[in-house]
Amino acid sequence: MIALTKRKTWLYFIPYGLWLALFVIAPVALIIYQSFFDLGHHFTLANYSTYFASATYLKMTVNSVWYALLITLFTGLISYPTAYFLHQLKHRQFWLLLVILPTWINILLKAYAFIGIFSQAGLANQFLTFIGIGPQQILFTNASFIFVATYIQIPFMILPIFNALDDLNPAFINASRDLGASNWQTFRRVIFPLTLPGVKAGVQAVFIPSLSLFMLTRLIGGNKVITLGTAIEEHFLTTMNWGMGSTIGVVLIIAMIIVMTLTGDQKPKGGAPR
Amino acid sequence: MKRLLSLAIALIAICGLLAYSSQSLERSSGSTGSKVLNLYNWGDYIDPSLLTKFQKETGYHVNVETFDSNEAMYTKIQQGGTHYDLAVPSEYMVAKMKRAHLLRPLDKSKLTGWANYDQRFLNQSFDRDNRYSIPYFWGTLGIVYNDKYVKASEVQHWQDLWSPRWKKQIMLIDSARDIMGMALITLGKSMNTTNPQTLLAAQKKLDQLSPNVKAIVADEIKMYMIQDEAPLAVDWSGEAAEMLAGNSHLHYVVPREGSNLWFDNLVIPKTAQHTKAIYAFLNFMSQPDNAAQNATYIGYATPNQRAKERLPQAIRNDRQFYPDEQTLRHLQVYRDLSPTKVELYNDRYLEFKMHH
Repeated sequence: MIALTKRKTWLYFIPYGLWLALFVIAPVALIIYQSFFDLGHHFTLANYSTYFASATYLKMTVNSVWYALLITLFTGLISYPTAYFLHQLKHRQFWLLLVILPTWINILLKAYAFIGIFSQAGLANQFLTFIGIGPQQILFTNASFIFVATYIQIPFMILPIFNALDDLNPAFINASRDLGASNWQTFRRVIFPLTLPGVKAGVQAVFIPSLSLFMLTRLIGGNKVITLGTAIEEHFLTTMNWGMGSTIGVVLIIAMIIVMTLTGDQKPKGGAPR
Repeated sequence: MKRLLSLAIALIAICGLLAYSSQSLERSSGSTGSKVLNLYNWGDYIDPSLLTKFQKETGYHVNVETFDSNEAMYTKIQQGGTHYDLAVPSEYMVAKMKRAHLLRPLDKSKLTGWANYDQRFLNQSFDRDNRYSIPYFWGTLGIVYNDKYVKASEVQHWQDLWSPRWKKQIMLIDSARDIMGMALITLGKSMNTTNPQTLLAAQKKLDQLSPNVKAIVADEIKMYMIQDEAPLAVDWSGEAAEMLAGNSHLHYVVPREGSNLWFDNLVIPKTAQHTKAIYAFLNFMSQPDNAAQNATYIGYATPNQRAKERLPQAIRNDRQFYPDEQTLRHLQVYRDLSPTKVELYNDRYLEFKMHH
């Protein structure tokens, strides 16, 4: 009987195992493999030495991390209060749905919509003219790039925070109030620490994709901001230098591991069950 | 659960029905029989009425499939599983496909229209003696300007773009070879140079252009220029033709000191199956009247001399798209450089983009 259940569990593992092998392990292995080859398909470490010895790539890395940080920061600053507010509402699942709705639309379509809004004769400039400021250059600025990237990432930050708030036992809040804590103290000492895992999950979901954004950098940023994603796209499509593109990919994977470690659950020693 | 199941079944049934009816429709229009020709072309790059005319004259139905980049087309033909009879790569891609043995040589004895072509556009470096390719359209790289903000006399040469007057006014097409090429021409060098020192100098030259660059974008450039987003752009003549059609204030200049000369070409991929139809089509398209009609529809420059003579005078004498002899002599065709040399261009160009 026990043997049978065990075999069944193994059967359930097959789809997951296949998925893992085909779509996680194999691609990562291929990227690492490719990164050791130059244009003439010779084995080499040159891609890595080029990357770490070139001011261009290092500057690009710093740029990417900096912009990803800014995007994550703004996303967080907007998402936490929003999630908190949504959570207080009566029909909160409905209001949450409205926030998630834009993610059903393709990112390219949203980018094109913003081009229309931000252009010289666009809505934003019409408004600025109406209130007397006069038309400004909005497109192709760093600010517009960060704005649109933040807009696109917000739902991915709100969701985990909202779920964390949902999981929060209201008894803790009541207890805190009963013990004489003010609203601010309750938030700082009880609510925020207990919803921190949600924030961390949100940071993971926002920071990594922001590092490798590439369509937005061209469409909205006018290639004023060059991220690692832009360089990968160029190496795979224009230069056909897959080795170098893969090397940048490996750097991104390492960055991802670092972020995951930093934002991972640091359980107290002994791992007491919660 | 039951509702979900019946919904799923209904969806599958509808899809099946649609697939069946589209197939039977295709069969009735004769597109899956043997009298067909599969053309793999850029989007909206042939006058559709010519396809109808071709079917009426020869009985062959043309199936058109489209691609949006040379690289995408290359990959699809290389992977196999496709049955394209004709494709339309740009000149550097012809050289690349030739090297990868993806092309079938032309049987010149079956071609009737060779005499119609302008000798200046044949026998180019990417395909000597035109063993594999027939030029379809040609064009240049140049400057698009909006006459509301810029006077024609202010942008006759590449160097004019460096004027401090155009602070944050210029849009560049995001293409390493073209933008580096523009800088090389301005420095009086060849667009095909592989000298690292010269390329570094070109990058330095581009860095000086940075304050004037508003954005480095791709196809969107057309939309931006038509909407008056910027007064100046560097782009290909083909894109310029579409811009000019969308905004009457726009004009196109090919600087006299030189520029790129590009070609789109008809080639027969290894995957071709309908030899008779292919040569019928190539001969049909090289007939002056048909080529002229196509050139009028697309708005690009035709390499077919007899066809050009049949174009309305306003088009034929338009210096924007048919530059004079003097300029034409200074145009350079890109040589197909080895990947390591292309890398040199890309590295310098990437550094320029980082700088800007």
